Amino acid sequence: MAVATAPLRILIGKVGLDGHDRGVKLVARALRDAGVEIIYTGLHQTPEQVVATAIQEDVHAIGLSIHSGAHNSLFPRVLHLLREQGAGDIALFGGGIIPDEDVPRLKSAGVQMLFRPATPMQEILDFVKGLHVGH
Amino acid sequence: MRLVAETLADQIAKGEVRAIARVMSLIENRDPVGTAVLAQLTPSRTQASVIGITGYPGTGKSTLIDQLITAYRRLGQKVGVLAVDISSPITGGAILGDRIRMQQHAHDPMVFIRSMATRGHQGGLAGTTGEALRVLEAAAYDVMLIETVGVGQNELEIVQVAPIVIAVVAPGLGDEIQAMKAGLLEVADIVVMNKADHDGADRTMRDLREQCRTVLRTGAHTGEGISELIAVIAEYRRVQDLNGPRWGKPAERLVQRGATSGG
Repeated sequence: MAVATAPLRILIGKVGLDGHDRGVKLVARALRDAGVEIIYTGLHQTPEQVVATAIQEDVHAIGLSIHSGAHNSLFPRVLHLLREQGAGDIALFGGGIIPDEDVPRLKSAGVQMLFRPATPMQEILDFVKGLHVGH
Repeated sequence: MRLVAETLADQIAKGEVRAIARVMSLIENRDPVGTAVLAQLTPSRTQASVIGITGYPGTGKSTLIDQLITAYRRLGQKVGVLAVDISSPITGGAILGDRIRMQQHAHDPMVFIRSMATRGHQGGLAGTTGEALRVLEAAAYDVMLIETVGVGQNELEIVQVAPIVIAVVAPGLGDEIQAMKAGLLEVADIVVMNKADHDGADRTMRDLREQCRTVLRTGAHTGEGISELIAVIAEYRRVQDLNGPRWGKPAERLVQRGATSGG
């Protein structure tokens, strides 16, 4: 049998004024079932809260759900704070309602992956398992 | 490895959050570097308080801790929290959600909150919670709050880790026989009946007062009773300082009784 490896730790939460948490809870649950330790912050977080939490919890990655349309400001703000606080090694991915035209810009800013509506859960799980190899 | 461990221990002593967090992960993952760092650490505050918060699931432990953080911050104290939640026995995964209730303190630099999964450990804590506590002690936190998983009546490891243990219960505990049962309420130094505004609160208070030495009533959502709780903890701490850390320990008394009666 393989020796148990240290579990992945991932922060999952929602930033900004946005109460749509059905999707993010499904993702959290699926990741739990895949053996991940999820630090769940709940709704209405600021980028500052998210980054401080990610550092205290020493997570491998942050997954944020945004349905409010504020993705173009919130994702870059989280990336900026991570780098500013010497935590640029923590990966950022996201999901939610994000128009096609915004995806390339966010990815080039440093968001590793964006999962939009109707993404198969397996795709998210595969992405997250890939993080483990890289850390 | 030794050099890495010394550097990390040094950063912890300076209170650097990234080092504190990273070493806690090393310890949780049973990495030898974590053990090497632990060997280098020394507690830096003789007056620090370690308080365990335990109790049945859903009684409001996390919300109570949120209020305690606010109160201790008003007193100028640096606060560390270790919040333990259960790992899935099937997949090993976990949803660590205690800190949802404490997120207003997330970016206060004088507050550090860490979620720990039990990773198969029984007893109400993670197997490495005691070692994570040593990291906080070395980083000069004044008050350290440890939240156990929602316990039944037999997960009492917190008594070994925290000199002051608070058991949180909610109204509607059951009849007074529940309050008489051995276990949780018996080993607690302070019993808090939270959710004071819920139905049955007066009745539950009466039952608890007949069975437990120190019973307080709080409403963690409104802040009711929090300053009284802080005062009782301080008084408890003062008497322990005068009489030794084992003073008044119900568990200690039981062990002694067992010894003298010869079982």
